[in-house]
Amino acid sequence: MAVRSATLSAIPARHRIAAKRRIGERIAITLLGLATLIGVVLLVTILGYVIVQGAPAINLEFFTQRPKPFGEVGGGVQPAIAGTLLLAAVSGAIAIPVGIAAAIFVVEYRTGRFAAPVRFAAELISGLPSIVIGVFVWAFLVRGVIGQFSGLAGAIALAVIMVPIVARTVEEVLRLVPGSLREAALALGAPKWKVILSVVLPTARAGIITASVLAIARSAGETAPLLLTALGNEFFSLNLLRAVDALPLRVYRYAISPYDDWHVKAWGASLVLVAVIGVVALLLRVVARQRVN
Amino acid sequence: MTRTFDRAFAAGVTALAMLVPLTLAGITVLLLIDAWPALTTFGLSYFTTTVWDPVKLVFGAAAYVYGTIVTTIVAVALATPIAVGAAIYLTEFAPRPLRAPVAFVIELLAFIPSIIYGLWGMFVLVPVMRSNIEPALQGTIGHVPLVGQLFSGTPVGLDLLSGGVVLAIMILPILMAVSREVLLAVPPTQREAMIGLGATRWEAVTRAVLPYARPGIIGGAVLGVGRAFGETMAVTMVVGNSSRDITGSLFVPGYTMASAIANQFVEADTELYFSAVVEVALVLLLVAVVVNSVARLLIRRAVADRPAGAVI
Repeated sequence: MAVRSATLSAIPARHRIAAKRRIGERIAITLLGLATLIGVVLLVTILGYVIVQGAPAINLEFFTQRPKPFGEVGGGVQPAIAGTLLLAAVSGAIAIPVGIAAAIFVVEYRTGRFAAPVRFAAELISGLPSIVIGVFVWAFLVRGVIGQFSGLAGAIALAVIMVPIVARTVEEVLRLVPGSLREAALALGAPKWKVILSVVLPTARAGIITASVLAIARSAGETAPLLLTALGNEFFSLNLLRAVDALPLRVYRYAISPYDDWHVKAWGASLVLVAVIGVVALLLRVVARQRVN
Repeated sequence: MTRTFDRAFAAGVTALAMLVPLTLAGITVLLLIDAWPALTTFGLSYFTTTVWDPVKLVFGAAAYVYGTIVTTIVAVALATPIAVGAAIYLTEFAPRPLRAPVAFVIELLAFIPSIIYGLWGMFVLVPVMRSNIEPALQGTIGHVPLVGQLFSGTPVGLDLLSGGVVLAIMILPILMAVSREVLLAVPPTQREAMIGLGATRWEAVTRAVLPYARPGIIGGAVLGVGRAFGETMAVTMVVGNSSRDITGSLFVPGYTMASAIANQFVEADTELYFSAVVEVALVLLLVAVVVNSVARLLIRRAVADRPAGAVI
């Protein structure tokens, strides 16, 4: 404050206001930059912890062995890795077609009476806490149709979370497809289904793949709904009608345990989870690029 | 032939698309059915009492509602200034080549799974809160009358404040992304007119840009509320999970509605206990619908001028 007033008194009176304003601006911009820095530092810190703390747990055994009871040395998270990949594949196979269909319905059949309700329902579902979706799938499938904790119930819970993400992202991409393309195809005598399948969707391909990746990346880390559906399993299992393990569930079980060794494994499983999400994004991007070529 | 195909295709698309509203209806109906016994048994006292006793079968969720509200307020109060500040910096002041990449980096925070925030919160944040931040808060603001009440008691780390801090980090990216989107949608003429009148860039931002963007930024904050109050795993791992009476301090272990479901759902062994837990989920559902509708309305109005590519 003293420094500031000293600086100010050195300036002729009519310039003082301008100088004050300029200093105020400088301070404000510094604070704004600081806020930005906080955001970046948080990301670096959290990812840094996952890498540094998780790395010691990573070895070949970590990928190939099932979890061992406490006290036994070693063991890995192989069932959880397999489970996460299985859940991603099955939930994607359900959610991506449904999401794309919802987007087509909203954009290409927008004159229909139900276009707006579909869009609105997708928005509301995307705002639901994931634990609520878990409770629903538990009541509907785990207690009801399937009758037990199962991979299928977990995949469907994840699919419910993914559908709105796919639907809304694809919807935006479909809206970007020029109307003249549709009109040109229709003018050539193509029926509507053919216009959609061979003109609109191929034009929007890149966006559709991005939407799918986004949805899988978002859902791969979901834990709360899986606690109530897939449950977790210490044994390797790809049976969709039985309990299936997943990386987020494994992280949770290890994290809340009282053992230091398991805490290290929790960090290790987190590192694998982050890597899986990254690899999924990368792989699909490569696939997308190849198809375009 | 063509017409048959066209009809079949339209029917297929419609059937798949209708799964979306059907799912929403299914969620609402199933939760309502399962929550019914608790709804009819406890009525309004469910929201006004804090007794949650699975043995005597008396359930009042006021402590969970309180924990949810407190952690959400802490989260939004901490995250909003940082997110809006970063958004302003990245749209108005940052060197141009840095703008998009830095925004992207902050938005990456949204891709970190909540379980990892929980793990980080448990092993990194909570010890720091317990031994550094909370005693420091107590030593400074703790002596201020009224406000000091918030920081009374023994710093435990696993408490409402830590829950709020973790939530703040988690809602930061969405808040920043929405604010940035809204700020980008402010017409350049708003700034140019102010600067043409002799204002500095900061004055142009505070007097011409921010007032214009305010409804959208508020919408972003409401969306942040929507994310925060239903977030489960990360909060469950740091909030302490103990439903004592409502004390008014942030330094007490608490429970949020979502963490109550996560912890008790599988344990609920009697019909009424189970029903009381599902009622928590039903309340979360209803609040989510209201909060998100309000948020989207505000944001849509603010970015209405922009064509496509909106973040939300």
